[in-house]
Amino acid sequence: MSLMTHFLGAAGVLALTTGAALADPAIIFDLGGKFDKSFNEAAFNGAKRWADETGGSFKELEMQSEAQREQALRRLAEAGSNPIVMTGFAFGDVLNTVAPDYPDTKFAIIDMVVEQPNVKSVVFTEEQGSYLVGMLAAMASETGTVGFIGGMDIPLIRKFACGYVQGVKAVNPDATVIQNMTGTTPAAWNDPVKGSELAISQKSQGADVIYAAAGGTGLGVLQAAADQGILSIGVDSNQNHLFPGKVLTSMVKRVDNSVYEAFIDGDALEPGITVMDLASEGVGYALDENNEALITAEMKAAVDDATAKIASGEIAVHDYMADNTCPVE
Amino acid sequence: MTRMPRWADVALIPLLNLVIAFAISGLVILAIGENPWAALKIMVTGALGSSYGWGYTLYYTTSFIFTGLAVAIASHAGLFNIGGEGQATLGGLGVALICLSLPWPHWSLALLAASLGAAAFGAAWAAIPAWLQAKRGSHIVITTIMFNFIALSLLNYLLGNVMRPARSMDPASARFPEGATLPTLNDMAAGLGFVWGKNTPANISLFIALLCCLAVWALIWKTRLGFQIRAFGKSEPAAVYAGINPVRITMYAMLISGGLAGLMAVNNVMGEAERLVLNAVEGAGFIGIAVALMGRNHPFGVLLAALLFGFLYQGGGELALWTTIPRELITVIQALVILFTGALDNMVRAPVERLFARRGAR
Repeated sequence: MSLMTHFLGAAGVLALTTGAALADPAIIFDLGGKFDKSFNEAAFNGAKRWADETGGSFKELEMQSEAQREQALRRLAEAGSNPIVMTGFAFGDVLNTVAPDYPDTKFAIIDMVVEQPNVKSVVFTEEQGSYLVGMLAAMASETGTVGFIGGMDIPLIRKFACGYVQGVKAVNPDATVIQNMTGTTPAAWNDPVKGSELAISQKSQGADVIYAAAGGTGLGVLQAAADQGILSIGVDSNQNHLFPGKVLTSMVKRVDNSVYEAFIDGDALEPGITVMDLASEGVGYALDENNEALITAEMKAAVDDATAKIASGEIAVHDYMADNTCPVE
Repeated sequence: MTRMPRWADVALIPLLNLVIAFAISGLVILAIGENPWAALKIMVTGALGSSYGWGYTLYYTTSFIFTGLAVAIASHAGLFNIGGEGQATLGGLGVALICLSLPWPHWSLALLAASLGAAAFGAAWAAIPAWLQAKRGSHIVITTIMFNFIALSLLNYLLGNVMRPARSMDPASARFPEGATLPTLNDMAAGLGFVWGKNTPANISLFIALLCCLAVWALIWKTRLGFQIRAFGKSEPAAVYAGINPVRITMYAMLISGGLAGLMAVNNVMGEAERLVLNAVEGAGFIGIAVALMGRNHPFGVLLAALLFGFLYQGGGELALWTTIPRELITVIQALVILFTGALDNMVRAPVERLFARRGAR
């Protein structure tokens, strides 16, 4: 009898492991939704690229409420999805409690470090990419005043802002940076009308280059800047093509690559912390046919020089998260 | 005209409203090329078909009972409190401060203290608009909704700058200590020796919500204060003529209302998240308005309406999670229910009343 149970148990484990090896990967999008033209959409594009190239299929979930985070993670893990990728720091705390319950499932989380033996944490050095576009903004500005529009006043956005201001000041120490946040509710990530208003208001204060780090709200910023005849800087995805010749550049954050790589790795996903920085092309500035007329040769030379110096450690871009302060305003 | 029988008022009309709302939702689902019958089935089985579904449905229900009661009691005093969102946000702050302040030895002590804290913070947040209404005549609808935004800004500042653990990317407080963990319904069922709702967030605060229903019922219909609140709500000049102090009643009604909204945080902040996050209330304060409307401001009605909205939330969540029906459509279904039960109530009420009048005349 006990031998029988043993065999059955072993068969069960075998069935589970083969199931896991053949399992489809899954991705969970944060509350912003997968079509936010920015962060979540970049993740979706990475997953889609994987599906197109490999012919595989993946599960995807969009959540509606905070209580669903744990629900979604557990249900996907129990359904045998592997690996499970989630976008956004808000999953961190929940993943910390859920991951130990499913030791055979691999998880990947973007923008947050979760120290569990089956979790891969992918973080980006947004301050370095923002530093580069800050330099470009300062060089392109004629008024000496540039703008920053964030979504909500959260640590992640301060990290963007702090890197940007450092880049601006590196080129022009006397430059003024106007900073605005869109709102205090999650609606702030998808409010292009408010984004337009803020951009127009910043223009009236003299800003002639505006960097938007605000998800869907940024589309309003880019639109208003194009209408007002000033320049804008996109974020996360390459947004240069949205208003050709009007978008100075985009601070690209290759969320798509990290999702794609996690899906390619599959069950062999390597747990630990992965830092996506300038050197690994996890962040950077976008240069394509839509903005090549805006970026002069000397601008490009200056930024490429800075890129090399940041990679070699000669220029240290301060990370807001290190001490919750920014050396420049 | 003969009045409708009471059963028609409290049961038939909400039911008819609901049926129309679901019928139109079905048409919308049909229009995007999905099967409405299958969708309904997923919603019902996902929300009510297992103890797992119930565990989530009752979790949402608990929140909605609190905010529904909050709106209902203010309504009895003729005050439209749409600040439940802000009051529940502040309630969450109260819960978090109390849970993080001490290494709580036992959950029952933590629950008692956190409930008082949540109610006190919620009430305090309602007190300012209430005082402005009572003393200065500033319209409570305007002030309470503005206070929602102030509450969120305050929370945003506190979580981003003060309460966030060092180097955490997430604008949220630290996790509450072990001793502040509330027993979930799952734990309680396990204590009784059976498995119910594993890994679901429904917790002991459901019973607090039920007690609150009872307490509000007793307050409104069995006490002098309740009578004064109702009298004031029906006609202010008559109430004043009867010697009821309008400032006092406005303040009392709003303090109780704010306290109830604040108590919601015991469910979502202490019972579920076990830490304070930016987006903790998630519109439950506004859902409370629909719940109170549909429940006819009666605690029992609020309970039933909260259960309905709990079902819509959990069932809708299941739809969004496991079908290709986009999550925006779930909002559409919820909106249709609110539209028909709240705003378009008279559309159904008038013909039904006429029907009963005709039958009564015969």
